Amino acid sequence: MSAATKHDLGDVILRVEDLHKRYGKDEILRGVTFELRRGETKVVIGPSGTGKSTLLRCINQLSVPDKGRVWLEDVEITHARTNINRVRAQIGFVFQDFNLFNHLTALHNVSLGLIKVKKMPKGAALRRAREELARVGLAAKENSYPAELSGGQKQRVSIARALAMDPKLILFDEPTSALDPELIGEVLEVMIQLARGGMTMIVVSHEMGFARAVADRIIFMEGGGILEEGTPSDLFTCPRCERTGQFLRKITELYGETDGQ
Amino acid sequence: MNFFEFAGSVLPRFLGAVGITLELTAVGIGAGLVLGLLLALTRVYANRVVSGIANVYIQFMRGTPLVIQVLVIYFGLPPYFKAIGLKPLSSLAAGCLAMALNSAAYQAEYIRGAIQAISSGQMQAARSMGMTKTQAVRHVILPQALRIVLPSWSNELIYTLLYSSTVYFIGLEELSYASMKIAAKSGRVLDSYIVAGVMYLILVVFLSRVLAYAEARLRIPGLAIEERAR
Amino acid sequence: MSAAEILWQNVRPLFGALPVTLEVLGLLLVIGLTLGTVLAFAQAYGRRPLRYLCIGYEQLFRGIPPLVVLLFYWGVLQSFDTPRVLVAALALGMRSAAYQSQIFRGAIQAVPPGQMMAARSLGMSRLQAIRSVIVPQAFRLAIPPWTNEYSSVVKDTAFICVIGGLIDLTRQALMKVAPLSMRRPVGTQLILPYLIILGLFYLALTYGGNGLLAMLERRMRIPGFEMKGKVER
Repeated sequence: MSAATKHDLGDVILRVEDLHKRYGKDEILRGVTFELRRGETKVVIGPSGTGKSTLLRCINQLSVPDKGRVWLEDVEITHARTNINRVRAQIGFVFQDFNLFNHLTALHNVSLGLIKVKKMPKGAALRRAREELARVGLAAKENSYPAELSGGQKQRVSIARALAMDPKLILFDEPTSALDPELIGEVLEVMIQLARGGMTMIVVSHEMGFARAVADRIIFMEGGGILEEGTPSDLFTCPRCERTGQFLRKITELYGETDGQ
Repeated sequence: MNFFEFAGSVLPRFLGAVGITLELTAVGIGAGLVLGLLLALTRVYANRVVSGIANVYIQFMRGTPLVIQVLVIYFGLPPYFKAIGLKPLSSLAAGCLAMALNSAAYQAEYIRGAIQAISSGQMQAARSMGMTKTQAVRHVILPQALRIVLPSWSNELIYTLLYSSTVYFIGLEELSYASMKIAAKSGRVLDSYIVAGVMYLILVVFLSRVLAYAEARLRIPGLAIEERAR
Repeated sequence: MSAAEILWQNVRPLFGALPVTLEVLGLLLVIGLTLGTVLAFAQAYGRRPLRYLCIGYEQLFRGIPPLVVLLFYWGVLQSFDTPRVLVAALALGMRSAAYQSQIFRGAIQAVPPGQMMAARSLGMSRLQAIRSVIVPQAFRLAIPPWTNEYSSVVKDTAFICVIGGLIDLTRQALMKVAPLSMRRPVGTQLILPYLIILGLFYLALTYGGNGLLAMLERRMRIPGFEMKGKVER
């Protein structure tokens, strides 16, 4: 069942060209190139250690790539003169281990960026933060500190934190991998709503059910490069690469079709 | 005169000395915090050379007795002050300066430890939403680090109070020096030191209480405020 | 005479005074270690009144400056003809015992309770379990904080010169400062380098001792067994 294109995709919003990154001896990325369109949901899959997370970090320069270029619309992110902070404010990032600010309540986690980066007046920022918390179903938890939230709640707050900044796209780095199985659903639920609502996103994930349900395109990475890219139906029904098929079978076997339908 | 009559008779002089002790403690811990914070940030975020210089300062101050530092500031530096046309420091100013410079080195190490105990993800998350490094340090790293450092900082305050007695060596009449003077003059050596000891204990208990209260007020669930060590 | 020669002339006596500081340091560490260990075990395994007594002892000695403790002990003991080195070591040692007992108690309590249960389940007596299971682990955990305490007491030995007639490193230096400053033309300017050299003596004692203790820690190290380090004064 492929939900393929639920809406028309717009123009190219992000262009990644020939990204290379090495840590010491290990070459993590060996020339990654792809485009992302406005409103597109791209899911990146592949065995662990193939540079998926590094790819996301190189897009918003949390890791600086050794070679290659990235454009957000017509701004070259990788250019030395680009104000990276201004770019990052337009690209949401959701971490595997949440990285909520431990000293702030849920509400203030969401409003901090609005106040400090977007210089929004405090009252307006708090109003906006409440809206975003409500959107991820956590209006009642605004005064809770991260340590008082479950993993799933933490990740939803972190999604609200990203959303509040009105990002042009959001990067999700294995957002459900650190969660107990019973908490994965609530996070995927929020992500599915976002994807269907037309948010542009790149999701590194092992959740095949999610990929099938909402991905416009899936990228299969291995060994620091893109092995295959296509629509879910292309990849799930007849992967051109033997390796992709193997991986998909294996992962389905291991994790089953976890919800997301 | 029994002990209590004696204690009552010397109390006014002791109370004046307590004022000096508290002044030294307050300046030492306060100015030490500001300077210590700068040193800690330098250690963690500055380039290797500057961070190395800060480290040499910290290790030297932590490795030598406060007595020597007090003597350096009161006796060692003034000849050079004169050469550049500065007036020598009063014993109170020298004492305060020594306390602050010394405490800064210790506080720098506590704060550095706390900063480094915060997971790198916090910095990444702050940067990922477009904060500058300075903003991230100010709004995300430091508020957490300073809370983590509070228990160590309470210990440091007690140390600063106790070691303010070091200015005894430059004849500044704080609690210890006053008790020695009174002991010599009255001949009641033990009684004098007992009164001084009791006063230190009262101050220590009082300050510990205040800090425990502050810690409880600033506590945030899950932000590990480590158990009071030692 | 050059400035360097004048300095050296005044530094030499410091080596003569060094043994006094070392004697006090050694003695106070022994006193502190012994008494500290007793206090720690009394607190970890003793009955309630005994525990309170130990806590009282700790609070008392941790709440009074070493300088005042020294003055008090000197006041009590000088009429009994006690050797000055012993007075100094007793005063600082009993104070250090309060800190050391906290270190040891913390280390004992950091050994997981399962260790005691496992030892008892083998049929060991409580005492046997403490000796052959708890102590070897607690000992290793105590080395890093004990290193901090060592640095702390090295610096405290600079206070012992308040005991009249005890000529340690600092007293010796203080005795030389006045004549030094009278040397023309640069006398007063020599005080600073002279005091810094004095500081280097203590620096050598602190970091030398720390180095030895770090070596001990490495030799005793068991993979995967360590308490998280913490900066302490």
